Amino acid sequence: MISTSLLTEFKNLLGKENVMDSESDRHAYSYDAAVLDAVIPELVLRPTNSEQLGKTVALCNENKLPMTVRGAGTNLSGGTIPTKEHGVVILTNGLNKILEINEQDLYAVVQPGVVTAKFAAEVARRGLFYPPDPGSQAVSTLGGNVSENAGGLRGLKYGVTKDYVMGVNFWNAEGEYVKSGGKTVKCVTGLNISQLMVGSEGTLGVFDEIIFKLVPPPVASKAMLAEFDDINKASETVAAIIANKIVPCTLELLDNATINYVEDFTKAGLPCDAAAILLIEVDGGHIALVEDDAEKVVEICKKNGARRVQMAKDAAEKNKLWEARRNALPALARARPTTVLEDATVPRSQIPAMIKAINDIAAKYKLQIGTFGHAGDGNLHPTILTDKRDKEEFHRVEQAVDEIFDVALSLGGTLSGEHGIGTAKSKWLEKETTKATIIYSRRLKKAVDPNYLLNPGKIIGG
Amino acid sequence: MHEDLHQLAKMLHELDDQMVACMKCGLCQSVCPVFAETMREGDVARGKIALLENLSHEMIKDAEGVQEKLNMCLLCGSCAANCPSGVKVLDIFLKARVIVNTYMGLPPAKKAIFQGLLTKPALFNTILDVASKFQGIFTKPASEVIGSSCSRINAPIIGDRHFMPLAKKPLRKLESARNTRPGKGGYRVAFFPGCVVDKVYPKVGQAVLKALTHHEIGVYMPAGQACCGIPALASGDKESFDKLVQHNLELFEKENFDYLLTPCATCTATMHEIWPLMSGNQTQSMQERIASLSAKVMDITQFMVDVLKVALPVSGSGIKVTYHDPCHLKKSMKVFEQPRALLKSNPRVQFVEMAEADRCCGCGGSFNLQHYNVSKEIGQHKRDNIVASGAQVVATACPACMMQMSDMLSQNKDQVAVKHVMELYAETL
Ligand SMILES: Cc1cc2nc3c(=O)[nH]c(=O)nc-3n(C[C@H](O)[C@H](O)[C@H](O)COP(=O)(O)OP(=O)(O)OC[C@H]3O[C@@H](n4cnc5c(N)ncnc54)[C@H](O)[C@@H]3O)c2cc1C
Ligand code: SF4
Ligand code: SF4
Repeated sequence: MISTSLLTEFKNLLGKENVMDSESDRHAYSYDAAVLDAVIPELVLRPTNSEQLGKTVALCNENKLPMTVRGAGTNLSGGTIPTKEHGVVILTNGLNKILEINEQDLYAVVQPGVVTAKFAAEVARRGLFYPPDPGSQAVSTLGGNVSENAGGLRGLKYGVTKDYVMGVNFWNAEGEYVKSGGKTVKCVTGLNISQLMVGSEGTLGVFDEIIFKLVPPPVASKAMLAEFDDINKASETVAAIIANKIVPCTLELLDNATINYVEDFTKAGLPCDAAAILLIEVDGGHIALVEDDAEKVVEICKKNGARRVQMAKDAAEKNKLWEARRNALPALARARPTTVLEDATVPRSQIPAMIKAINDIAAKYKLQIGTFGHAGDGNLHPTILTDKRDKEEFHRVEQAVDEIFDVALSLGGTLSGEHGIGTAKSKWLEKETTKATIIYSRRLKKAVDPNYLLNPGKIIGG
Repeated sequence: MHEDLHQLAKMLHELDDQMVACMKCGLCQSVCPVFAETMREGDVARGKIALLENLSHEMIKDAEGVQEKLNMCLLCGSCAANCPSGVKVLDIFLKARVIVNTYMGLPPAKKAIFQGLLTKPALFNTILDVASKFQGIFTKPASEVIGSSCSRINAPIIGDRHFMPLAKKPLRKLESARNTRPGKGGYRVAFFPGCVVDKVYPKVGQAVLKALTHHEIGVYMPAGQACCGIPALASGDKESFDKLVQHNLELFEKENFDYLLTPCATCTATMHEIWPLMSGNQTQSMQERIASLSAKVMDITQFMVDVLKVALPVSGSGIKVTYHDPCHLKKSMKVFEQPRALLKSNPRVQFVEMAEADRCCGCGGSFNLQHYNVSKEIGQHKRDNIVASGAQVVATACPACMMQMSDMLSQNKDQVAVKHVMELYAETL
């Protein structure tokens, strides 16, 4: 139990309203978007400035309270489910200021609780571009994005969160301030700690400020939708587009099952007999160049066996083409009570093999699985539709997930392209890496967090 | 107490099938007006659903704490409209309020009987049974509710709020009840002004009547209309709600008409969506009667545009008017083009869109009374967007939104008038 005197100390530090210990408040911070069992924290703290954040960390450390930092709680791997014994949740939504957007030097400094889409919109208002666009961007926080190294639809051309992190200043386990990286394009001062923080899921430090790189925005874009009878042809098309030195900003794939779920939901007249559709968007700095690329993409699609290709003439048509992709998750999520959203990722040439394997696994375990995802970077989202209340079925889901990972690894892929490891996937980590990798990571963790208080148990277990 | 909670949990099981659809994605955080102010997970749909689930699975003991969170909600439906999983959030919240609030409201002795009745299978059967047995003990007598039940209006004027004064004469005193045959307009409609129009904004009702008369529409406006029932239901009082529904049903069944029109977004959504939704406890024939009346309910601006197809010459000069989307019209009824069409084709109006036009104004009926500070903060955002649009008039299609916006604009000493879309339309006739 947390002592009354410590509770008073937190209240003095953060203000009464930012220390939540009622049963109902604590229950509201016991889960995230992963399909995992909830764990009720003992205390929820909400610092509203940097100094409070540091002192909160220090106080937790002194009192040996394991702390789990929580942004929007949208991660899909259990990263914000607190520790069983005396777990404390530290919220970052009170730290939500954009501190600087520098239009000359193309960087921005933010607090960790800034919402991704709000930041991107503010950057756009200044005529610049922050590309990482995870599907959760309307609510996800930048701290969460860095912690999970979030990707998005634009990954193929523009990279993922890590490609925009120039610096991370954070509180270490003891509540001391650590600075890493900076505001200059070139910076080799000290170890490259900022990149170590990327994807660390709250296990190595508590971010206080993040410095992001910004880029000039594209001025023109063109969207196309191509239908295929054969998923191999879709995959060859993807390879051919890239071989032709065109890098689309979006290259999304929907498999036959997903197309059918979307059509059931929207009745928009999608081709239900197509094996796959590709949504392709090219963008760039000059409309003529973009149109050129778009023409070429259409040609490549046709040459590689697309049975139909549509190109959007204007914004309204583009919006229409996106409709199917936008509705992929809503359609799948509505089909059954529980939605298990995976993100096994393979080299892009292995997409047909991966999709075939997923469909075989679905048949073997008698499960409904729809697959959509980022074809350009091989990041697929096999989405298993189930009902977690049906124990027997859910057991089959777990077996299917195991098998999906096995196949992904055997195809030279990875457990997770963007959703992180958390507790959901930590048991598979060694399979993809080596025993020594786990031991090395644990040693690193022990060195910077000797009391094992920073989101313990996540990624590397232990 | 423990046994009590077990019974409460059993009641909530009825909602499990709907609640399990929530995949905890958290996307509702982006649209919930209450969460935007408080930033507390327990205030957003995901959190409330998680709390109800835990109450239902007996993992939580503090039912009062859950009830408090449940009431921290505008019932605006923004979450449901935006939910990728299609969770029927409002259904869940309304039913849960009935269960939890009824239960919490019961004195200990009554709780025992309440539990005894649980052997009956259908949830609302049970509640109705209990309710009728204890009628008058723990629910308000219906007479208190009928006719004057909008708690929002009976409330004392407190704090620094700028309440719209009650009209000197309510609509029912200004305009006599009527039952007219259609002229050239061809249609015959029933008119349900709603409590707030009747008592605070009779001029809105008069504008509607003027428009209907102008278009030679036959009007059935009976005397003795009761509240649509939402204030009672939102505070968990299903018995009064049922009485109000029945009272209105009997009144409007007396005549034939094509549509039942209201100028109040909340009344429209309640009568169209919630009446059938909450009729599960009724007899088959009663359910059918409710369904057939509900199907005729239509927003007045939708009637003007979709049915009468009024088209005025488009101009674009005149006073600058912006439009606020009432949540219950846009998110529940998907009506948002029609009121705009009426404004855009109004020769005296230059239409300007405000930012976040469909962001909730923060009124939410009794929410405004229970949580005035949060309501006011939400309202302030709306006020800022209205003022930033440069409009001289903010039009909307719900008298409750009108009250909230008037309060906010007046507190800020802004020179912006608040009008119903139908008032602006009637001015052109
Ligand atoms: C519908 C949906 C769509 C999604 N789409 C995508 C997608 O396209 N691409 C993608 O990559 N992901 C996606 N995700 C997953 C998720 O949204 C991302 O991982 C996102 O980055 C999480 O942000 P958050 O603010 O919710 O972080 P949280 O879930 O709150 O936290 C995530 C991790 O970050 C840590 N953390 C948070 N803040 C800090 C801090 N200040 N210091 C240290 N550690 C911190 C937490 O401890 C936790 O381990 C999606 C999720 C959903 C529900
Ligand atoms: S958006 Fe819908 S599914 Fe997602 S958390 Fe909110 S209520 Fe649940
Ligand atoms: S109904 Fe409105 S106030 Fe209530 S949880 Fe949903 S979005 Fe929030």
